[in-house]
Amino acid sequence: MTTSENWDDLAAVTALSDGVRRSAYQAVADGGPEPVGRDEVADTLGVGRTLAAFHLDKLVDAGLLQVSYARRTGRSGPGAGRPAKLYRVVPWEHSVSVPPRAYRDAAEMLAEAVDRSGADQALYEVAREQGRREPASDPAAALAERGYSPVAGPDRIELRNCPFHRLAEQFPPLICGMNLALVDGMVAGSEWTARMDPAPGRCCVTLCKNKSD
Amino acid sequence: MTDFHLAQMNVARLRAPLEDPSVAEFVAGLDLMNELADRSPGFVWRLKEEDVDEATLPGPRDPAVIATMSVWESLEHLRAYVYQSAHLDYLRQRRDWFVPGGSALVLWWVEAGHIPSLHEALKRIHRLSTEGPGPEAFTFRQTFSPRPPAERPEILPARPA
Repeated sequence: MTTSENWDDLAAVTALSDGVRRSAYQAVADGGPEPVGRDEVADTLGVGRTLAAFHLDKLVDAGLLQVSYARRTGRSGPGAGRPAKLYRVVPWEHSVSVPPRAYRDAAEMLAEAVDRSGADQALYEVAREQGRREPASDPAAALAERGYSPVAGPDRIELRNCPFHRLAEQFPPLICGMNLALVDGMVAGSEWTARMDPAPGRCCVTLCKNKSD
Repeated sequence: MTDFHLAQMNVARLRAPLEDPSVAEFVAGLDLMNELADRSPGFVWRLKEEDVDEATLPGPRDPAVIATMSVWESLEHLRAYVYQSAHLDYLRQRRDWFVPGGSALVLWWVEAGHIPSLHEALKRIHRLSTEGPGPEAFTFRQTFSPRPPAERPEILPARPA
Protein backbone atom coordinates (compact mmCIF):
# COMPACT_ATOMS: atom_id res chain seq x y z
CA MET A 1 0.00 0.00 0.00
CA THR A 2 2.97 2.24 -0.47
CA THR A 3 3.04 2.70 -4.22
CA SER A 4 0.68 4.71 -6.38
CA GLU A 5 -0.08 1.54 -8.34
CA ASN A 6 -1.42 -0.04 -5.16
CA TRP A 7 -3.70 2.94 -4.55
CA ASP A 8 -5.10 2.63 -8.08
CA ASP A 9 -5.72 -1.07 -7.49
CA LEU A 10 -7.39 -0.31 -4.18
CA ALA A 11 -9.68 2.26 -5.86
CA ALA A 12 -10.54 -0.30 -8.55
CA VAL A 13 -11.40 -3.01 -6.06
CA THR A 14 -13.37 -0.60 -3.85
CA ALA A 15 -15.59 0.23 -6.85
CA LEU A 16 -16.95 -3.31 -6.55
CA SER A 17 -18.21 -2.91 -2.97
CA ASP A 18 -21.65 -1.82 -4.25
CA GLY A 19 -23.83 -4.88 -4.88
CA VAL A 20 -25.53 -3.62 -8.05
CA ARG A 21 -22.22 -2.48 -9.49
CA ARG A 22 -20.65 -5.86 -8.72
CA SER A 23 -23.53 -7.55 -10.57
CA ALA A 24 -22.99 -5.18 -13.51
CA TYR A 25 -19.30 -6.14 -13.58
CA GLN A 26 -20.23 -9.83 -13.46
CA ALA A 27 -22.74 -9.37 -16.29
CA VAL A 28 -20.01 -7.90 -18.49
CA ALA A 29 -17.48 -10.55 -17.40
CA ASP A 30 -19.95 -13.29 -18.35
CA GLY A 31 -19.91 -11.92 -21.89
CA GLY A 32 -16.30 -13.13 -22.18
CA PRO A 33 -14.36 -11.52 -25.01
CA GLU A 34 -17.61 -10.22 -26.55
CA PRO A 35 -18.38 -6.64 -25.52
CA VAL A 36 -21.75 -6.11 -23.83
CA GLY A 37 -24.17 -3.19 -24.21
CA ARG A 38 -26.06 -1.20 -21.59
CA ASP A 39 -29.40 -2.72 -22.50
CA GLU A 40 -28.16 -6.26 -21.98
CA VAL A 41 -26.71 -5.39 -18.57
CA ALA A 42 -29.93 -3.59 -17.59
CA ASP A 43 -31.95 -6.66 -18.62
CA THR A 44 -29.68 -9.06 -16.73
CA LEU A 45 -29.82 -6.96 -13.58
CA GLY A 46 -33.49 -6.07 -13.85
CA VAL A 47 -32.74 -2.36 -13.47
CA GLY A 48 -33.32 0.67 -15.68
CA ARG A 49 -31.00 1.50 -18.55
CA THR A 50 -29.88 4.77 -16.91
CA LEU A 51 -28.91 3.06 -13.67
CA ALA A 52 -27.05 0.33 -15.55
CA ALA A 53 -25.18 2.99 -17.56
CA PHE A 54 -24.29 4.86 -14.37
CA HIS A 55 -22.70 1.78 -12.78
CA LEU A 56 -20.97 0.72 -16.00
CA ASP A 57 -19.37 4.14 -16.39
CA LYS A 58 -18.23 4.08 -12.75
CA LEU A 59 -16.54 0.74 -13.49
CA VAL A 60 -14.82 2.32 -16.51
CA ASP A 61 -13.60 5.22 -14.32
CA ALA A 62 -12.24 2.70 -11.82
CA GLY A 63 -10.25 0.96 -14.58
CA LEU A 64 -12.18 -2.32 -14.39
CA LEU A 65 -14.00 -2.07 -17.73
CA GLN A 66 -13.04 -0.65 -21.10
CA VAL A 67 -15.32 0.91 -23.70
CA SER A 68 -15.71 0.37 -27.41
CA TYR A 69 -18.30 1.58 -29.89
CA ALA A 70 -19.94 -0.53 -32.55
CA ARG A 71 -23.12 -0.61 -34.58
CA ARG A 72 -25.11 -3.54 -33.34
CA THR A 73 -26.69 -5.66 -36.00
CA GLY A 74 -30.33 -6.65 -36.05
CA ARG A 75 -31.55 -3.38 -34.57
CA SER A 76 -34.36 -1.35 -36.03
CA GLY A 77 -36.26 1.78 -35.12
CA PRO A 78 -35.00 5.17 -34.00
CA GLY A 79 -31.32 5.23 -33.04
CA ALA A 80 -30.59 1.89 -34.72
CA GLY A 81 -27.89 3.45 -36.89
CA ARG A 82 -26.01 5.02 -34.01
CA PRO A 83 -22.96 3.11 -32.67
CA ALA A 84 -23.70 1.63 -29.25
CA LYS A 85 -21.39 2.07 -26.26
CA LEU A 86 -20.09 -1.38 -25.36
CA TYR A 87 -18.20 -2.65 -22.34
CA ARG A 88 -15.73 -5.41 -21.70
CA VAL A 89 -13.49 -6.43 -18.81
CA VAL A 90 -9.92 -5.11 -18.97
CA PRO A 91 -7.44 -7.97 -19.51
CA TRP A 92 -5.10 -7.01 -16.67
CA GLU A 93 -5.75 -7.70 -13.03
CA HIS A 94 -6.06 -5.60 -9.89
CA SER A 95 -4.80 -6.93 -6.63
CA VAL A 96 -4.49 -5.38 -3.23
CA SER A 97 -2.47 -6.76 -0.36
CA VAL A 98 -2.49 -5.38 3.17
CA PRO A 99 0.27 -5.28 4.33
CA PRO A 100 2.23 -5.24 1.01
CA ARG A 101 3.17 -8.64 -0.40
CA ALA A 102 4.95 -9.12 -3.70
CA TYR A 103 4.09 -12.66 -4.76
CA ARG A 104 3.88 -11.56 -8.38
CA ASP A 105 7.50 -10.41 -8.32
CA ALA A 106 8.48 -13.66 -6.63
CA ALA A 107 6.57 -15.66 -9.26
CA GLU A 108 8.36 -13.81 -12.07
CA MET A 109 11.77 -14.51 -10.55
CA LEU A 110 10.92 -18.18 -9.98
CA ALA A 111 9.62 -18.53 -13.54
CA GLU A 112 12.76 -16.91 -14.92
CA ALA A 113 14.92 -19.29 -12.88
CA VAL A 114 12.98 -22.37 -14.04
CA ASP A 115 13.17 -21.11 -17.62
CA ARG A 116 16.92 -20.52 -17.47
CA SER A 117 17.75 -23.81 -15.83
CA GLY A 118 15.41 -25.74 -18.14
CA ALA A 119 13.54 -27.30 -15.20
CA ASP A 120 10.20 -27.23 -17.06
CA GLN A 121 9.54 -30.91 -16.39
CA ALA A 122 9.90 -30.44 -12.63
CA LEU A 123 7.32 -27.64 -12.74
CA TYR A 124 4.93 -29.74 -14.84
CA GLU A 125 5.23 -32.61 -12.34
CA VAL A 126 4.47 -30.29 -9.42
CA ALA A 127 1.47 -28.83 -11.29
CA ARG A 128 0.08 -32.26 -12.19
CA GLU A 129 0.42 -33.44 -8.57
CA GLN A 130 -1.34 -30.27 -7.40
CA GLY A 131 -4.17 -30.93 -9.87
CA ARG A 132 -4.52 -34.55 -8.74
CA ARG A 133 -4.98 -33.35 -5.17
CA GLU A 134 -8.19 -31.65 -6.32
CA PRO A 135 -9.80 -34.34 -8.44
CA ALA A 136 -12.84 -32.93 -10.20
CA SER A 137 -15.97 -35.02 -10.61
CA ASP A 138 -17.53 -31.92 -12.17
CA PRO A 139 -14.64 -30.27 -14.07
CA ALA A 140 -16.62 -27.16 -15.06
CA ALA A 141 -17.50 -26.42 -11.43
CA ALA A 142 -13.94 -27.09 -10.24
CA LEU A 143 -12.46 -24.89 -12.97
CA ALA A 144 -14.97 -22.12 -12.17
CA GLU A 145 -13.83 -22.37 -8.54
CA ARG A 146 -10.24 -21.80 -9.71
CA GLY A 147 -11.25 -18.72 -11.71
CA TYR A 148 -11.07 -20.15 -15.24
CA SER A 149 -14.60 -18.93 -16.22
CA PRO A 150 -15.45 -22.16 -18.07
CA VAL A 151 -18.02 -22.25 -20.86
CA ALA A 152 -19.27 -25.83 -20.95
CA GLY A 153 -20.70 -27.45 -24.06
CA PRO A 154 -21.84 -31.08 -24.40
CA ASP A 155 -18.38 -32.40 -25.27
CA ARG A 156 -16.07 -29.42 -24.97
CA ILE A 157 -15.22 -26.92 -22.23
CA GLU A 158 -13.55 -23.63 -23.16
CA LEU A 159 -11.89 -21.50 -20.51
CA ARG A 160 -12.43 -17.78 -20.88
CA ASN A 161 -10.05 -16.61 -18.19
CA CYS A 162 -6.39 -17.47 -17.64
CA PRO A 163 -5.68 -17.35 -13.88
CA PHE A 164 -1.97 -17.02 -14.71
CA HIS A 165 -2.46 -14.35 -17.39
CA ARG A 166 0.36 -11.98 -16.54
CA LEU A 167 2.94 -14.69 -16.00
CA ALA A 168 1.72 -16.62 -19.05
CA GLU A 169 2.25 -13.51 -21.19
CA GLN A 170 5.86 -13.37 -20.06
CA PHE A 171 6.75 -17.07 -20.12
CA PRO A 172 4.22 -18.62 -22.51
CA PRO A 173 5.58 -22.14 -23.10
CA LEU A 174 6.55 -22.59 -19.45
CA ILE A 175 3.40 -21.25 -17.78
CA CYS A 176 0.97 -22.63 -20.39
CA GLY A 177 2.68 -26.02 -19.95
CA MET A 178 2.27 -25.72 -16.18
CA ASN A 179 -1.38 -24.80 -16.67
CA LEU A 180 -1.97 -27.78 -18.95
CA ALA A 181 -0.39 -30.14 -16.40
CA LEU A 182 -2.49 -28.65 -13.58
CA VAL A 183 -5.79 -29.00 -15.45
CA ASP A 184 -4.72 -32.43 -16.72
CA GLY A 185 -4.16 -33.50 -13.09
CA MET A 186 -7.56 -32.14 -12.06
CA VAL A 187 -9.44 -34.16 -14.68
CA ALA A 188 -7.29 -37.31 -14.45
CA GLY A 189 -9.56 -40.34 -14.28
CA SER A 190 -12.62 -38.35 -15.41
CA GLU A 191 -14.32 -38.52 -18.79
CA TRP A 192 -12.51 -35.33 -19.89
CA THR A 193 -9.11 -34.76 -21.48
CA ALA A 194 -7.19 -31.48 -21.24
CA ARG A 195 -5.26 -30.37 -24.27
CA MET A 196 -3.34 -27.37 -25.52
CA ASP A 197 -5.56 -25.37 -27.86
CA PRO A 198 -4.34 -21.77 -27.80
CA ALA A 199 -6.40 -18.94 -29.25
CA PRO A 200 -6.47 -15.19 -28.64
CA GLY A 201 -8.56 -13.95 -25.73
CA ARG A 202 -8.89 -17.13 -23.69
CA CYS A 203 -6.97 -19.76 -21.76
CA CYS A 204 -4.66 -21.97 -23.85
CA VAL A 205 -6.21 -25.18 -22.49
CA THR A 206 -9.55 -26.68 -23.51
CA LEU A 207 -11.22 -29.87 -22.34
CA CYS A 208 -12.72 -32.49 -24.62
CA LYS A 209 -14.95 -35.36 -23.60
CA ASN A 210 -13.32 -38.73 -24.09
CA LYS A 211 -14.84 -40.84 -26.81
CA SER A 212 -16.65 -43.70 -25.07
CA ASP A 213 -16.30 -46.09 -27.99
CA MET B 1 0.12 2.50 -41.82
CA THR B 2 3.34 0.96 -40.61
CA ASP B 3 6.52 1.27 -42.64
CA PHE B 4 8.27 -1.24 -40.44
CA HIS B 5 8.25 -4.99 -40.25
CA LEU B 6 9.41 -7.16 -37.37
CA ALA B 7 12.38 -9.48 -37.87
CA GLN B 8 13.06 -12.46 -35.66
CA MET B 9 16.01 -14.77 -35.17
CA ASN B 10 16.17 -17.76 -32.89
CA VAL B 11 19.30 -19.81 -32.33
CA ALA B 12 19.12 -23.02 -30.31
CA ARG B 13 21.38 -25.95 -29.50
CA LEU B 14 19.84 -29.38 -29.98
CA ARG B 15 20.61 -32.16 -27.51
CA ALA B 16 21.71 -34.25 -30.49
CA PRO B 17 22.33 -33.66 -34.21
CA LEU B 18 19.25 -33.50 -36.46
CA GLU B 19 19.74 -37.09 -37.68
CA ASP B 20 19.60 -38.50 -34.12
CA PRO B 21 16.43 -40.48 -33.18
CA SER B 22 16.14 -38.57 -29.87
CA VAL B 23 15.15 -35.41 -31.74
CA ALA B 24 13.06 -37.17 -34.39
CA GLU B 25 9.83 -35.68 -33.00
CA PHE B 26 11.26 -32.21 -33.31
CA VAL B 27 12.34 -32.84 -36.89
CA ALA B 28 8.92 -34.31 -37.72
CA GLY B 29 7.21 -31.14 -36.53
CA LEU B 30 9.59 -28.78 -38.29
CA ASP B 31 7.91 -28.86 -41.71
CA LEU B 32 4.44 -28.60 -40.14
CA MET B 33 5.47 -25.54 -38.13
CA ASN B 34 7.09 -23.90 -41.17
CA GLU B 35 3.96 -24.52 -43.22
CA LEU B 36 1.85 -23.08 -40.40
CA ALA B 37 4.06 -19.98 -40.36
CA ASP B 38 3.83 -19.60 -44.16
CA ARG B 39 0.03 -19.43 -44.03
CA SER B 40 -0.25 -17.39 -40.80
CA PRO B 41 -1.63 -13.84 -41.00
CA GLY B 42 1.13 -11.24 -41.21
CA PHE B 43 3.84 -13.64 -42.41
CA VAL B 44 6.30 -11.92 -44.78
CA TRP B 45 9.40 -14.09 -45.18
CA ARG B 46 11.47 -16.83 -43.59
CA LEU B 47 14.96 -18.12 -44.11
CA LYS B 48 14.99 -21.43 -45.94
CA GLU B 49 17.80 -23.93 -45.64
CA GLU B 50 18.56 -23.85 -49.36
CA ASP B 51 19.11 -20.07 -49.16
CA VAL B 52 21.92 -20.33 -46.62
CA ASP B 53 25.42 -20.15 -48.05
CA GLU B 54 27.44 -22.17 -45.53
CA ALA B 55 30.65 -20.54 -46.75
CA THR B 56 29.57 -17.12 -45.48
CA LEU B 57 28.89 -18.33 -41.93
CA PRO B 58 31.40 -17.25 -39.28
CA GLY B 59 33.39 -19.94 -37.48
CA PRO B 60 33.13 -23.71 -37.74
CA ARG B 61 29.61 -25.12 -38.26
CA ASP B 62 28.16 -26.91 -35.21
CA PRO B 63 25.64 -29.46 -36.51
CA ALA B 64 23.62 -29.29 -33.24
CA VAL B 65 23.05 -25.54 -33.50
CA ILE B 66 20.03 -24.59 -35.56
CA ALA B 67 18.50 -21.22 -36.35
CA THR B 68 15.25 -19.78 -37.58
CA MET B 69 14.83 -16.33 -39.05
CA SER B 70 11.68 -14.64 -40.29
CA VAL B 71 9.97 -11.32 -40.97
CA TRP B 72 6.41 -10.39 -39.95
CA GLU B 73 4.12 -7.44 -40.58
CA SER B 74 3.83 -6.72 -36.85
CA LEU B 75 4.78 -7.92 -33.40
CA GLU B 76 1.16 -9.01 -32.84
CA HIS B 77 1.26 -11.21 -35.94
CA LEU B 78 4.45 -12.95 -34.81
CA ARG B 79 3.13 -13.32 -31.26
CA ALA B 80 -0.11 -14.87 -32.55
CA TYR B 81 1.85 -17.46 -34.55
CA VAL B 82 4.37 -18.26 -31.82
CA TYR B 83 2.07 -18.32 -28.79
CA GLN B 84 -1.54 -18.53 -29.96
CA SER B 85 -1.37 -21.35 -32.49
CA ALA B 86 -0.44 -25.04 -32.56
CA HIS B 87 3.16 -23.77 -32.35
CA LEU B 88 2.75 -23.23 -28.59
CA ASP B 89 2.36 -26.95 -27.92
CA TYR B 90 5.46 -27.63 -30.02
CA LEU B 91 7.34 -24.98 -28.04
CA ARG B 92 6.18 -26.52 -24.76
CA GLN B 93 8.23 -29.64 -25.53
CA ARG B 94 11.42 -27.69 -26.26
CA ARG B 95 13.32 -29.12 -23.26
CA ASP B 96 13.08 -32.60 -24.73
CA TRP B 97 15.08 -31.41 -27.72
CA PHE B 98 17.15 -28.38 -26.74
CA VAL B 99 19.95 -27.71 -24.28
CA PRO B 100 18.78 -25.16 -21.66
CA GLY B 101 20.69 -21.90 -21.82
CA GLY B 102 21.90 -22.73 -25.32
CA SER B 103 19.27 -20.69 -27.11
CA ALA B 104 18.78 -17.05 -27.95
CA LEU B 105 15.89 -15.13 -29.46
CA VAL B 106 16.14 -11.61 -30.82
CA LEU B 107 13.55 -9.30 -32.36
CA TRP B 108 14.21 -6.07 -34.22
CA TRP B 109 12.48 -3.73 -36.63
CA VAL B 110 13.37 -3.58 -40.31
CA GLU B 111 12.07 -1.23 -42.93
CA ALA B 112 9.20 -2.85 -44.79
CA GLY B 113 10.56 -4.66 -47.83
CA HIS B 114 14.01 -5.26 -46.32
CA ILE B 115 15.06 -8.89 -45.96
CA PRO B 116 17.68 -9.16 -43.22
CA SER B 117 20.90 -11.09 -43.79
CA LEU B 118 22.19 -13.79 -41.46
CA HIS B 119 25.12 -11.55 -40.62
CA GLU B 120 22.76 -8.73 -39.62
CA ALA B 121 20.73 -11.09 -37.43
CA LEU B 122 23.80 -12.42 -35.64
CA LYS B 123 24.86 -8.85 -34.90
CA ARG B 124 21.45 -8.23 -33.28
CA ILE B 125 21.87 -11.35 -31.14
CA HIS B 126 25.28 -10.11 -30.07
CA ARG B 127 23.89 -6.69 -29.27
CA LEU B 128 21.09 -8.16 -27.14
CA SER B 129 23.51 -10.33 -25.18
CA THR B 130 26.01 -7.53 -24.55
CA GLU B 131 23.75 -4.49 -24.06
CA GLY B 132 20.43 -6.00 -23.03
CA PRO B 133 17.04 -5.22 -24.61
CA GLY B 134 16.75 -1.93 -26.49
CA PRO B 135 15.01 -0.58 -29.61
CA GLU B 136 17.71 -2.18 -31.80
CA ALA B 137 17.42 -5.69 -30.34
CA PHE B 138 14.79 -6.95 -27.95
CA THR B 139 12.66 -9.91 -26.87
CA PHE B 140 8.95 -10.66 -26.40
CA ARG B 141 9.27 -9.85 -22.70
CA GLN B 142 10.42 -6.28 -23.30
CA THR B 143 9.36 -4.81 -26.60
CA PHE B 144 10.07 -1.45 -28.25
CA SER B 145 8.25 0.57 -30.90
CA PRO B 146 9.87 1.09 -34.29
CA ARG B 147 11.42 4.52 -34.78
CA PRO B 148 13.18 5.83 -37.86
CA PRO B 149 16.87 6.59 -37.09
CA ALA B 150 16.50 10.32 -37.85
CA GLU B 151 13.89 10.72 -35.15
CA ARG B 152 15.90 9.01 -32.48
CA PRO B 153 17.26 11.72 -30.17
CA GLU B 154 20.58 11.12 -28.43
CA ILE B 155 19.27 12.77 -25.29
CA LEU B 156 15.61 13.17 -24.44
CA PRO B 157 14.62 16.82 -24.91
CA ALA B 158 13.44 18.54 -21.75
CA ARG B 159 9.70 18.94 -21.51
CA PRO B 160 8.49 22.53 -21.54
CA ALA B 161 7.22 23.42 -18.08
